[in-house]
Amino acid sequence: MERHTSRREFLLAAGGVAAGVGLGAVIAVEPARATPIATQEAIRKVVGSARINPGKVKLELPPLIENGNTVPLAVTVDSPMTEANHVRAVHVFTEKNPQPYVVSFHLGPRAGRARVATRVRLANSQSVVAICELSDGTLWSDSADVVVTLAACLEDGI
Amino acid sequence: MASALINVPARAKRGEVIEIKTLISHPMETGFRRTQVGALIPRNIIRGFVCTYNGTEVFRAELHPAIAANPFIVFSTVATESGTLVFHWTGDNGFSVTESAAITVE
Amino acid sequence: MQRFGAAVGAVAIAASAFAGEIPRSDRRSGYDFMSRETRAMQDDDAANPGQLWVLEGGTLWNRKAGAAGRACADCHGDARASMKGVAARHPAFDAARGRPVSLEQRVNLCRTDRQQEPPLAWESRELLALAAYVARQSRGMPIEVAIDQRTQPFLDAGRATFHRRQGQLNLACSQCHDDHWGRRLAGNVIPQAHPTGYPIYRLEWQGLGSLQRRLRNCLVGIRAEPYEYGAPELVDLELYLMWRAAGMTFEAPAVRP
Repeated sequence: MERHTSRREFLLAAGGVAAGVGLGAVIAVEPARATPIATQEAIRKVVGSARINPGKVKLELPPLIENGNTVPLAVTVDSPMTEANHVRAVHVFTEKNPQPYVVSFHLGPRAGRARVATRVRLANSQSVVAICELSDGTLWSDSADVVVTLAACLEDGI
Repeated sequence: MASALINVPARAKRGEVIEIKTLISHPMETGFRRTQVGALIPRNIIRGFVCTYNGTEVFRAELHPAIAANPFIVFSTVATESGTLVFHWTGDNGFSVTESAAITVE
Repeated sequence: MQRFGAAVGAVAIAASAFAGEIPRSDRRSGYDFMSRETRAMQDDDAANPGQLWVLEGGTLWNRKAGAAGRACADCHGDARASMKGVAARHPAFDAARGRPVSLEQRVNLCRTDRQQEPPLAWESRELLALAAYVARQSRGMPIEVAIDQRTQPFLDAGRATFHRRQGQLNLACSQCHDDHWGRRLAGNVIPQAHPTGYPIYRLEWQGLGSLQRRLRNCLVGIRAEPYEYGAPELVDLELYLMWRAAGMTFEAPAVRP
């Protein structure tokens, strides 16, 4: 069901991405950096316009990340994974990477369990969002805030 | 030389949910990095991954530059029957790798 | 870099009071300083990206090469038996060269002397794959480099390098890794610098690399001119570091941030 939402409501509905923090500063766009606005557009492009509900999804990321180049990420969805009731897809987005898309996993009743894992790159301390599409068309999400430390000594082309 | 590591149980009980781990060597060049003199290094990533089980697709993933180098993907599938799981990665510059693993289902 | 310089400057001033090597009972592998998730990545062979190089190395081990048409396997047989403990004992003295050689150098000596092939380039995929494959066969074994009258001078040279201040930041390896291990440098924990897992899959590199690459990385970090690959200073330093880690468990291929 479509209804006009204010931007603040929209952001809260999308699983708490940015949660309104620093909203005023968002307009200063740096060239190679996604913004919460670009992330919202990317999300909508992938999942459509239905309401995104927080819940059912669990996004696992280490809270303190030693190196943003390779970060283990796992998504689990509470679902019986039957023909009648299963997860169709899981999508992951970031807020401050150069572009907001990370990965889309397509599951189905043959999966047996709605759990996927991979390793991602995170350019900065930021929010990561996982959104899942269920077989009934509903959307559910979870988000995680992570702190990314940078290596003390940069190699610089040797 | 691309190498891939597939971890699939060799045997499973009918109906059992098995976990599959896949690892493939690939730099996943994002397209955002620059050389020492400032030239942009072009994007070169794996974009798609598909797993079929005796010909039927059971899992698919679309990857973006935010997936770390040497992509690692873990997923599950129900052990329905004995046969072959085929894994296919595709990406930029005509990248295409296929690996398979046999499974015996009791 | 500004912030890094200031932090390190503070460390350097405080460090002049210390000079002690780490007591044997306090020695810990870089593994112990990593997060739970990075440790899990190392421990699971199905998830450890270093295993991709081990896999390639296994293929190269059996590939015939050179004018002699010989594969490593033709002389060495099954690596799981013949290479057991080899990586944990390198650098090792090479009589023909009259000095210790690193594992990578040993692979290349075999290529030139036995296979009549040109040596593999430093940090090339093939050399790293073979080194990873051989190193994997020492996993779980104690590090044990042989120190005798032949290798002692090189050990002493390596020790001197470890304790010598170098670079624009005028830092010695010992100041961070003997005196301030466990403390933080710009958000990362300083490890004790034991080469327990080389060649390693380093998250910062997004690839597998040798101990010499890591040492050159450190030298660049303290703004010193890095020694060339294969330089005697680097091999002597490798020898010293392995001696310093004697008895510790070899973990190759390790994963490190």
